[in-house]
Amino acid sequence: MLIKKHQYWAFVLPALLFIVFIIALPFLIGIYYSFTDSNGLRASFIGFKNYQILFHDVIFLQSLWLTVKFSVVSVLLINIFGLAFALIVTRSDNRFNKSLRTVFFMPNLIGGILLGFIWQFIFTSAFKAIASSLNLNFFNGWLSDPNTGFWGIVILFVWQMSGYIMLIYVSFLNAIPQNTIQAARLDGANKWQALLFIKLPQLAPAFTISLFLTLANSFKLYEQNLALTNGGPYRSTEMISMYIYNTAFVNFQQGYAQAAGIILFLCVTLVSFLQLALSRRREK
Amino acid sequence: MKKKKISKYLSIFVFSIIGLFWIYPFAIVLINSMKGKRGVFQNPLWFTKDFSLANFKTAFQALDFAHSFFNSLLVTVGSVLLITIISAAAAYAISRVKGPFSSIIYYICAGTMLIPFQSIMVPLLSLFGKVNFLNRTSLIIMNTGLSVSLSIILYYGAFQGVSKSLDEAAALDGAYPLKTFAYVIFPAVSPMTGTVIILNSMKIWNDYLLPSLVVNKNGMYTIPLKMYSFFGETNSEWQLALAGLVLSMIPIIVLFLLLQKQVMTSVTEGAIK
Repeated sequence: MLIKKHQYWAFVLPALLFIVFIIALPFLIGIYYSFTDSNGLRASFIGFKNYQILFHDVIFLQSLWLTVKFSVVSVLLINIFGLAFALIVTRSDNRFNKSLRTVFFMPNLIGGILLGFIWQFIFTSAFKAIASSLNLNFFNGWLSDPNTGFWGIVILFVWQMSGYIMLIYVSFLNAIPQNTIQAARLDGANKWQALLFIKLPQLAPAFTISLFLTLANSFKLYEQNLALTNGGPYRSTEMISMYIYNTAFVNFQQGYAQAAGIILFLCVTLVSFLQLALSRRREK
Repeated sequence: MKKKKISKYLSIFVFSIIGLFWIYPFAIVLINSMKGKRGVFQNPLWFTKDFSLANFKTAFQALDFAHSFFNSLLVTVGSVLLITIISAAAAYAISRVKGPFSSIIYYICAGTMLIPFQSIMVPLLSLFGKVNFLNRTSLIIMNTGLSVSLSIILYYGAFQGVSKSLDEAAALDGAYPLKTFAYVIFPAVSPMTGTVIILNSMKIWNDYLLPSLVVNKNGMYTIPLKMYSFFGETNSEWQLALAGLVLSMIPIIVLFLLLQKQVMTSVTEGAIK
């Protein structure tokens, strides 16, 4: 053994301390909080009451349902766009591959707050100009309507994430040996058949990774939500993270907010285990 | 053959249109940041006659840009330095000493990665609030705690790929483990160090939620925080808000264009591992 026991602990202890004090301990305290009526100053134990109220809280249920709906829609769209972009930028006959890759990835560099403001401008000012020049009422008032407001956040998120997911698909596409594709083409497969029967099956693990990444990210979405619609109109576009934030730091119902936080944790964990189970089964 | 050539030009044309469409949101922000209030109102989709760069000066002052930039830089650099050193050290130890402790630590890292920040933010904030420790230093500490798990797992994979004979050779030369780590093994995984630095820098530089809870006070604002409050003050003076957005985006875009290839590889690696 090259590393002695006390040296081992010197290496791992700093990291452990950070994880314990910043994540593990707050998480355990958080579980306790979720059983109290804490308002940030005083707290007393009330058992499962928060959870009982949560399941009858219309605004919470609405935000949870909105988050689920948002996740499903954006996961689908992001993966479709990501894969399409990946196929575009890996074409051998395209001179603009590199610059296109940069363009598609660019939105991913920018923080959620800035992205939200960019799209707030587009949905209010630019859309209004389009509406009046084309005489189409469809483009008016996108952010003041619950339905189009929802799609506004979806559009923003798809714009942000597609380039990121593209990179994952690209790395798997590049790993497919060229000669399998050439062999298929020699056997008479056309371009689309090669894509469908050779490339897509090889992309299955990339799909699992992308699915999980987009799902986890959309469950935790907050800043884009805040800067684009701020949950409005009337909390109709408020997703679960924003619900937790507002409950904890605007209404100061911290125990109650923490119970919602635990439910968010359970959702994310469930998704992760599903993903793990899925990829395990595939490996067999 | 001619048909092939036409389809090639056609596809290039179509892809360029898609690319232009994708980048248009950035363009529209830039275009309108260089106008007066009237131009934004008249035609927000393209340039108007009232071209001016004055908005940038106003936005620069309103954002207290030099100061906010410094705060962002301080928090990002401080956090990333801590994260890199601490997670590399821990990952090195658990990759070299096999045993129950190392497995447990690995699983703790994997497990804590599942916890969304929103599930711990209330107790975390109340913990630090109780001891009145909410400033840039505690922000750095929190960023570090929130990022070490993923970084340890990334480094662990990299150290597994470094042959143990390298450690043994260094030990035979009389080096202590710390010396072996610092001078032999850590330099051997510098591509992974690049990845860890890039991933964490992007996340921390762009973060709004945590800083808004910890350093939301005068003199400590980071760029996203200051941008958020500036946006509220602009009162639908879009040209000013957009100039602020452009200023706020410049640093990260410039850095990206310089390190493009490395950034894209890092991001892919971070997602796949």
